[in-house]
Amino acid sequence: MKLLVKNGIVPGRGACDVLISDGIIEEVAPGISASDAEVVDAHGLYVLPGMVDLHCHLRDPGLEYKEDIVSGTRAAAAGGFTSVCCMANTEPVNDNAVVTSYIIHKAETEGSGVHVYPIGAVSKGLKGENMAEIGEMARAGIVAISDDGKPVMNAQLMRRAMEYGAAFGMTVFDHCEDIHLVNKGVMNEGYNSTLFGLRGITRAAEEVQIARDAILAETLDLPIHICHVSTAGGVRIIREAKARGVKITAETAPHYLAGTDDMVGSYNAVTKVNPPLRLEEDQEALIEGLRDGTIDAIATDHAPHHRDEKEVEYNLALSGISGFETAFALGMETLVHGHHMPLEDYVKLVSTNPARILKKNCGEIAPGRDADFLLADPNEEWCIDKNKFLSKGKNTPFHGTMVHGRVKATFVGGKCIYRDGQDEK
Amino acid sequence: MAFKHKDLLSLRDVEREEIEMILSTAASMRPLLDSPTKKTAHLQGKSIVTLFYENSTRTRMSFELASKYMGAAAANISASASSVQKGETLLDTGRTLDRMGTDVIIIRHPMSGAPHLLAQHVNAAVINAGDGINEHPTQALLDMFTIKRHKGHLDGLKVAIVGDVLHSRVARSNVFGLHTMGAEVVLCAPPTLMPAQMEELGVKTYTRVEEAVEGADVVMGLRIQRERQEEGNFPSLREYADFFGINEARLKYAKPDALIMHPGPINRGVEITSDAADSDASVINEQVTSGVAVRMALLYLLTRKGVQNA
Repeated sequence: MKLLVKNGIVPGRGACDVLISDGIIEEVAPGISASDAEVVDAHGLYVLPGMVDLHCHLRDPGLEYKEDIVSGTRAAAAGGFTSVCCMANTEPVNDNAVVTSYIIHKAETEGSGVHVYPIGAVSKGLKGENMAEIGEMARAGIVAISDDGKPVMNAQLMRRAMEYGAAFGMTVFDHCEDIHLVNKGVMNEGYNSTLFGLRGITRAAEEVQIARDAILAETLDLPIHICHVSTAGGVRIIREAKARGVKITAETAPHYLAGTDDMVGSYNAVTKVNPPLRLEEDQEALIEGLRDGTIDAIATDHAPHHRDEKEVEYNLALSGISGFETAFALGMETLVHGHHMPLEDYVKLVSTNPARILKKNCGEIAPGRDADFLLADPNEEWCIDKNKFLSKGKNTPFHGTMVHGRVKATFVGGKCIYRDGQDEK
Repeated sequence: MAFKHKDLLSLRDVEREEIEMILSTAASMRPLLDSPTKKTAHLQGKSIVTLFYENSTRTRMSFELASKYMGAAAANISASASSVQKGETLLDTGRTLDRMGTDVIIIRHPMSGAPHLLAQHVNAAVINAGDGINEHPTQALLDMFTIKRHKGHLDGLKVAIVGDVLHSRVARSNVFGLHTMGAEVVLCAPPTLMPAQMEELGVKTYTRVEEAVEGADVVMGLRIQRERQEEGNFPSLREYADFFGINEARLKYAKPDALIMHPGPINRGVEITSDAADSDASVINEQVTSGVAVRMALLYLLTRKGVQNA
């Protein structure tokens, strides 16, 4: 079964056709003809490798009122994702092979076609006490381990998880926040927290934990992945560690590039997220970190919540932003349009690099790679409208924001799983 | 000129002319409180609800009496702190009150921003009677009213606020309000009880009380809550009083005619000694009376606006 994507533009290569055979990219070249192939006309569009999300929450099992694997994978496809890694804080927690298998099975049988790679818990019940059954979960299909949402405060548990996980090829994806320093804070500590009268979270809460992880990774000579870096200091610590050869990788999230703590002034809890939205100088440092390779990837930390969990007092509201369907455009807006990053570099951040971190055969428009790709118009201007999200989570602080760059279609294994406008009929 | 706002949530965005209007209206209300028949018809036909999610005696009573002296139908709802976490949501409670025809909802809440959330979802005017560690605008207004009564003006005065600034909505509203009115505000607290980057709000900060009150026209103490010590912000109440308490010796650094103020309730012997609190310079009890006058003025201005709009 063959598919020929005609007349698209492949970043770094210019106008090219892409020939796909049995779910694998066979040839990338101008003017390919294949009489036995189904043809997709990509005239005026870019052909990009599908985005790979290292960090999301699908909420299934147990929290289906926020999101489930069906709605979540549909939203992911609409956002241009072809692979997503879902965190373990479901109910029950994904700290055992049964839950891992459930997620994989449901994604395969009921999902939109996006690859779903579960991340298992570091500790049983995310309690930060005893290690979860990492080996059994690895056998069932997890791709990494994380207590995301709950930082691993105990450094000895962290060390053991890194060491034990390594036997199964599992890297810890760490949510870095020292909970004692967070101390009931709900937003970035600084001028705005003082102005708005909300409890602040010092940036040190994130940075001391990143530093600890970097030191553990260096001492043990084992890999570590830092989730959602949000501060300039965090970028600096990772940059220095990488310079010493520490096996450290890192991600940041679109909302840290596109939002600042100024947005919190409305007391609208859609702006509440962990780590919190920071400052413009942090945005600049993150962008510099993305440019120089300090930060490897952009991951959504897609965290859908029910309206009822956000339309409450700021302190009571749950943290998180629904990110699948805004990620591509927010990244395009801030990096490619706002900071003149070449599109091919942006593609590495959202696709190639995370695919390498996961050791998956996708993330590139090149012969031999999986035919997971998207068609995008990098210049199309549109207005973010939460009511049009396929995700159940409408919690975004970017509702009403004008952005450039739109996903027009998403393909997994050469099969179209999303086409812009198909759901508006 | 009319009061521009639908609600009073913060003093951050209230202009000088508006504050002056509230203070002068309060001055015209004030004599009523000394008269034998405390009754006007300013709020006749209006309904006013105090919705308190935190314990309060003086603020709630002050609003309630202000409403009743002016002929409004006043009711109060006291919700325990636990009901914030479970049970009816703030917005559902607010919408319910709204549909009963409430003209003004006066809310006190342990969480910052709660009045703002409520105000976005109800037609009633919302008055913030203290939200979390954010603001307590009517307290700052009554403080300004009291100061002005004694000093004749606010411009150019030095007001020293001493105590737990970090958790004080009183301090924050006073910083915003006094600034707008041209007064200089200095703050004094142990560094663990001073908010981040406070000086960027245009105030000086100190850790030594003597330096803070130097040449001050007003010295205002802030209540220290016991749980702040339990949270580890300072070692003991004893040490706090020793280094950060307001006492007569420290007050000698202020101007000879400096006023002593405190929003109450006082922890005698902790943030202020009894000798200081009860001295001739103290206007702490008068602040309470000012509170009723200021709240009468505010209720009148907010509801009058409603009539004009109708």
